[in-house]
Amino acid sequence: MNRLLLNKIILILSTLSAVIGIGFLFWILITLSYKGITSLHFSTFTNDLVEGGIRNLLIGQFTMALMASAVAVPLGMMAGIYLREYSNNSKLASVIRNLSDVMMSAPSIVIGVFVFALLVAPFGGYNGWAGIVALTIMMIPIIISTTDNMLALVPIELREAGIALGGSKHKIIMQIVIKAAKVGITTGVLLSFARIIGETAPLLFTSANNQFFTMDLTEQFPSLTVSIYNLATYPDEASRELAWAASFVLTMIVLCINLLGRYMTRHKK
Amino acid sequence: MSEKNIIMDIKNFYFTYAGVDEPSLKKINLPVKKNKITAMIGPSGCGKSTLLRAMNRIHDLYPGNTYEGEINLYGSESENQNILDLKKENDFIKLRQKVGMIFQKPTPFPMSIFDNVAYGLKLAGVKDNVEGRVEKALKDAAIWKETKDRLNKSALGLSGGQQQRLCIARAVALKPEVLLFDEPTSALDPISTGAIEELIAELKKDISVVIVTHNMQQASRLSDYTAFMYMGDLVEYDKTETIFLNPSEKLTEDYITGRFG
Repeated sequence: MNRLLLNKIILILSTLSAVIGIGFLFWILITLSYKGITSLHFSTFTNDLVEGGIRNLLIGQFTMALMASAVAVPLGMMAGIYLREYSNNSKLASVIRNLSDVMMSAPSIVIGVFVFALLVAPFGGYNGWAGIVALTIMMIPIIISTTDNMLALVPIELREAGIALGGSKHKIIMQIVIKAAKVGITTGVLLSFARIIGETAPLLFTSANNQFFTMDLTEQFPSLTVSIYNLATYPDEASRELAWAASFVLTMIVLCINLLGRYMTRHKK
Repeated sequence: MSEKNIIMDIKNFYFTYAGVDEPSLKKINLPVKKNKITAMIGPSGCGKSTLLRAMNRIHDLYPGNTYEGEINLYGSESENQNILDLKKENDFIKLRQKVGMIFQKPTPFPMSIFDNVAYGLKLAGVKDNVEGRVEKALKDAAIWKETKDRLNKSALGLSGGQQQRLCIARAVALKPEVLLFDEPTSALDPISTGAIEELIAELKKDISVVIVTHNMQQASRLSDYTAFMYMGDLVEYDKTETIFLNPSEKLTEDYITGRFG
């Protein structure tokens, strides 16, 4: 029975591949958790980097990511709404859609270099604003594509039903269509936030890093991810322990946001 | 036919979709009778839905379609208005409040049952006695009993047949003069279909109904007048009895008896 034998071989091979793939993931997670938790102390959260903690780094990272979201989410959503609802698939729309897709797959380091040339070099130094701009540029195409795709899932009949009931186009889009796509768009926003909160390359030579607590965006700005990158290269044990702790915290943050997104899609109503 | 009994008079009507050379509807003449049910039948692609969608100008949601001829609406308030003359979005909105539409698939909005019905009223600027009007609409659509204890629950939790009756309630709440049904039962089970048909028969006391259907039994059971369309032409339009028992066109007879289509 050649057929059954082949079936068995394929089954074994694919199971093996799955086990290897998941095995690596768990290896990473377990090592990270073990090293992270053992290096984590209460003081890690209360001290700034200069005192061997990550308080200022967390605040800095969140400040930049949130400010980037504050610009990217409305801008990206409006662009997505334009593409799906108003453009009638015109030439301009397909150009924007393609450009946005290209932007989404652009290496993040390239965006960092671009912002460096635009906002760092001319102003004579790394600054928080440059980091925010770099993250915003990364985030906008993700939001555009999520909004566009989620609106595409709303059946055309729902729009027509609203119009047939005596609604104007913009009212139906704002009050019905977006409501129908709300869960999908919110999930997309959460996932793109999770994506940019873990980015290093766009910040590396835009906002760089700061050992001290600051809210001054014209200065170098504290960053968790850039700190991990720096700390991991230092020779002393304490720095590397802190890098593990920071990596663990970052992973947990990203994991939680992702799980929240999953939870929301599952409990749609 | 005196104009008194006519609610919507379609004269020499041509319709061409954007980017197409040939018109999809050619020289349609169809006087829709007031407080009657008019069925439009014909094989797929004959243009019956296209014609229905011209009657509330929902085609205008997509740019580039062209109309020729007249569709006169003899409403109670609006005397002899050719709806093809309308240009502004505001005029379309007023037209659609007078000429409602029910679709093939139920289209409840993602909000509560109450809000679904109140939404149309809100769009129309109605502020007085919204609760009373919602209740009356739900009663008129024969769905009050099933929904009165769950008005604040999401409409998406209703069954398909209930959702379709909710959509009818939503349209009825605006007190339209004409209701257009685009194959309203083709996505429903036989029992829900029966309920919707009873409801439509009940509605004609106050409203003129035009219904597109693939189901010939439905057309013969339900309608007073029937229009048979074929490849963009209106082949025959007469009393339903005449169309089904004694059609004057060979093509109509062939379709009714199932020889094609």
